[in-house]
Amino acid sequence: MSVPAELRYTPEHEWVSVEGTSASVGITEYAAQQLGDVVYVSLPTPGSTVTAGEPCGEVESVKSVSDLYSPVDGEVVEVNTELEDDPSLVNAEPYTAGWMFRVRVAEDGNGDAALPPDLLSAAEYEELTKSAG
Amino acid sequence: MHAVHERLGATMTAFAGWQMPLRYASETAEHLAVRRAAGLFDLSHMGEIAVRGLGAGAALDYALIGQLSALRPGRARYTMICADDGGVLDDLVVYRLGEEEFLVIANASNTSVVFEALVARTAGFDARVTDATSDYALVAIQGPESAGILAPLAGGLDLAAMKYYAGGFGSVAGRSAWVARTGYTGEDGFEVFCQPADAVIVWDALLARGAPAGLVPAGLAARDTLRLEAGMPLYGNELGPDVTPFEAGLGRVVKFDKPGDFVGREALAARASSGPRKRLAGLTIESRRIARHGYPVLADGEARGAVTSGAPSPTLGVPIAMAYLDPDVGADQALSVGIRGAAVPAKLTDLPFYRRRQ
Repeated sequence: MSVPAELRYTPEHEWVSVEGTSASVGITEYAAQQLGDVVYVSLPTPGSTVTAGEPCGEVESVKSVSDLYSPVDGEVVEVNTELEDDPSLVNAEPYTAGWMFRVRVAEDGNGDAALPPDLLSAAEYEELTKSAG
Repeated sequence: MHAVHERLGATMTAFAGWQMPLRYASETAEHLAVRRAAGLFDLSHMGEIAVRGLGAGAALDYALIGQLSALRPGRARYTMICADDGGVLDDLVVYRLGEEEFLVIANASNTSVVFEALVARTAGFDARVTDATSDYALVAIQGPESAGILAPLAGGLDLAAMKYYAGGFGSVAGRSAWVARTGYTGEDGFEVFCQPADAVIVWDALLARGAPAGLVPAGLAARDTLRLEAGMPLYGNELGPDVTPFEAGLGRVVKFDKPGDFVGREALAARASSGPRKRLAGLTIESRRIARHGYPVLADGEARGAVTSGAPSPTLGVPIAMAYLDPDVGADQALSVGIRGAAVPAKLTDLPFYRRRQ
């Protein structure tokens, strides 16, 4: 199970990749495996505002529908439209081609993105998935 | 078998007290492998109930809605066990293993209900009912390549001559087994009932022999989408105590002309003459979203039914569903399914969604 070290995570199995004030979001390989084949992804509308910890979309697999939670606060600037035609990218390449949406996050005063303090490190997230079995 | 599934990387799921493989990798790939080549299923959770005795056939004629006494040894029949009010307690496959021996296959979640009902209903007959679930493991091989994969491993069985819904005693990988040409996928295939201690040997032999032909291990998730495409009902979804076989479109399974009384006859006869209260229909969903169990079905904007099963159809490439609709809902009405607040258009589609080429 891959948990890239450079990403941050949520207990709801989203990952965040931060560059400057741009945060890319997807779901983890662990989540994708648990869901099974993803058949439909409903993403937030570009221009809309998302709030950390709040549902902003849905990930639908053969067996279930799960809410997609935003890991960060900010404005949605882009969504992965490839997923409309090929939602299986979420299973095949959860950390790259299967990304879901990008958010412009406020600055923290030092020029960095203001991220919620409770995002998990890769090590912490890995621990969480292990204890979940 | 649990260690085998773990070694194969299965995602396991708790089902009726059993830990069963839900999928090994991609349920879509497993589904397509069964349609194009073959899939291997561990179905050891299914209930096996033995009914033996001179009066076993007559006892089952009374206990079930089918005429099992007319079944020849070595043949199988799809039937149901109903309550007095005609409601479905379970759907069953019954094998006649011998003149005085039947094996009733029940859904895992219903095994004890079926067992207890059979014990009670056969009390006045020369028949003994035994819950033999722990005596059997069940490995199913399903798909067009099944016969070719199984034949070299089978002993004492003429698979080429074995008809659909027939079976025989023989061996698989040197282990004695009851092998039947039955299944729940809409494909040709076989079900191998062997001793639990032999299950791993049978499984591994079929997997090794079948892998070059495209056989893959397949889980319950693929089994569910396969049976849905084939229009086969599932207890708890299309079938339950609140419906009779007539609502499910399976009135032909009720054998009114068999000799003697049977449990549910009066209520089922009344239902047969008054017509079903609702009817099971197939739907094709015009979206990628899945119409799931319990979602409302709207006809011209009015709630007129509910989805019983829904999934993406890997064969057709669109989501499909089965639903109970009011009997008068017709193809001339605009149908939609309420999917979490959105009315998504749907089309009435004849069942089954998929029929294999003969």
